Amino acid sequence: MAAVMPATVPAAADYRRRNARRLQLVLFGLLALTFALALDVSIGPGNLPLADVLRTLLDPQSATPRLSVIVWDLRLPIALMALAVGAMLGLSGAGMQTILSNPLADPFTLGVSAAATVGASVAIVFGWSIVPGAGPFIVTANAFVFALGASLILFFMTKLRGVSAETMILVGIALLFTCNAITALLQYRSNEVQLTQIVFWSLGSLARATWTKVGVAALLIALALPFFLMRGWALTALRLGDERAESLGIRVDRLRLEILIATSLLAAVSVSFVGGIGFIGLVGPHIARLLVGEDQRFFLPVATLASATLLSLASSLSKAITPGVIYPIGIITALIGVPFFFSLVMSIRSRGA
Amino acid sequence: MALAIRDLSFRYGAVPVLERLSTGALPRGELTALVGPNGAGKSTLFRCAAGLLKPQLGSATLDGADLAPLTSRERARKIFYLSQDTQARVALSVFDIILLARKSLHRGFALAASADDMRAVEAVIAELGLGPFASRDIGTLSGGQRQLAAIGQALVREPDVLLLDEPTSALDVRRQLDVMATIREATRRRHIVTITAIHDLSLAARFADRVLVMNEGRIAQAGPPAEVLAHSAVSETYAVGVHLERSARGTLLVEPYIQVD
Repeated sequence: MAAVMPATVPAAADYRRRNARRLQLVLFGLLALTFALALDVSIGPGNLPLADVLRTLLDPQSATPRLSVIVWDLRLPIALMALAVGAMLGLSGAGMQTILSNPLADPFTLGVSAAATVGASVAIVFGWSIVPGAGPFIVTANAFVFALGASLILFFMTKLRGVSAETMILVGIALLFTCNAITALLQYRSNEVQLTQIVFWSLGSLARATWTKVGVAALLIALALPFFLMRGWALTALRLGDERAESLGIRVDRLRLEILIATSLLAAVSVSFVGGIGFIGLVGPHIARLLVGEDQRFFLPVATLASATLLSLASSLSKAITPGVIYPIGIITALIGVPFFFSLVMSIRSRGA
Repeated sequence: MALAIRDLSFRYGAVPVLERLSTGALPRGELTALVGPNGAGKSTLFRCAAGLLKPQLGSATLDGADLAPLTSRERARKIFYLSQDTQARVALSVFDIILLARKSLHRGFALAASADDMRAVEAVIAELGLGPFASRDIGTLSGGQRQLAAIGQALVREPDVLLLDEPTSALDVRRQLDVMATIREATRRRHIVTITAIHDLSLAARFADRVLVMNEGRIAQAGPPAEVLAHSAVSETYAVGVHLERSARGTLLVEPYIQVD
């Protein structure tokens, strides 16, 4: 057969070229992320000149106390939180979409965020703390425990019934509706102040950012990204279907559970820190898929970078619409996300998959 | 130096699929064709041999060594099973998925392909004539081209045992001949055990060194093609008449026909 075709294989050269391009895209993503961060820090209430902001960042000693507080205590934690939460939601969404072979899977559609809202509502309405001694962090702690609990239910139900993608999605959707119903019940039972608190919490807002939260989130990403990348080849194999992945030597069930645990942790932390921020976990991975394809070695980092950049840009937008007002970022991402989501659904349908 | 499966029994719940199935010794360097009607248990036999299913009973040995104690990873290095489902449509190129078959067992941070891996992938692409569409996403290819890419995954693994589940089902006549010849040659040159499930009895007769006839979870007949295909076991298994003939070119042709009583 070798006689039929030319002996040289340009495909190998193509492959190297494509890899180089994909690496360039990763670097470009880092650049875009840096730019988005700079933009986010430079705008906001206070009307500071860009030069002052930069000087305060690069040389904190020279800045006036007012500048220092605005940049270091207000703007920077929020801007970094936007990046960190975007990255966590993006990586979490990308991982879920890969193990479930479904581009519409993310912490939102699988009920993790809804469970966090239940946890927060319980704290707001009854003042019950799941974690003893949570003190001022009672809402965050409850949200985290409930989000993780939802993931554990997902985990055990699927383990019990066999770890197929369909089972996981069905259980996730059942969780989503159950949690929404419980939240509605709690809202019905709550007084006006509590109702307002629940609504604001579930909107998702970066104003809850602190340096501690930024640190925890950064640590988690630093651990999770290598955890995913180590399984890059195995995850790519999973895209060919369970049976083919198994015959390639992948222990599909175990891989799926490992990734489910990691994605759940990422989702639970981000939701409990800043509330529900929708669509980033869908849109970021979608952009990554369009840019670099399904090779998970590139898809996962690019999905992370794209999501972080998007949330950072959304954060800038939330401050720029009405000067002096910071809109809850969950509203912004939902408004931008919905048209995007539709285009995603339509493109899947037109491909006939 | 052979693969041998003895007394293999497997049931899905209460439904028995394989019943004390034994293949006899299938020597290295030989291409074995596994024929039998739909539902005979061919794919189940492959899955058990590849370790994807746990049989309730029976053993498999390679070169005299029991395969049971191997981890799934070790087993996957020795045995490659090409499933019938080769039609996944994803944004991965032919080159990507063949390279993937070399790297899938890799776990760690060295994510790049070695020069050795690249050479192996290039060789398989040349061998199967995949060059013209090697850089295209498998989602954009024809069913036959996707199947060829999957065969590329099987060859690039360099396993000791190759289990192919109807590798030519989606291929045109020329590709069928090419692929069967390539598989036979690879089997001899690499001195490996290859079993291929196949529905086309003439193709089996032409390329296989040995034919296993499978029916209702057992091997009904085994041996050289001319002998086995002439045997009454084939017509009983398929409930057809079988007419054998040598063509003017000396090729054994198998003509099944429906008997009217």
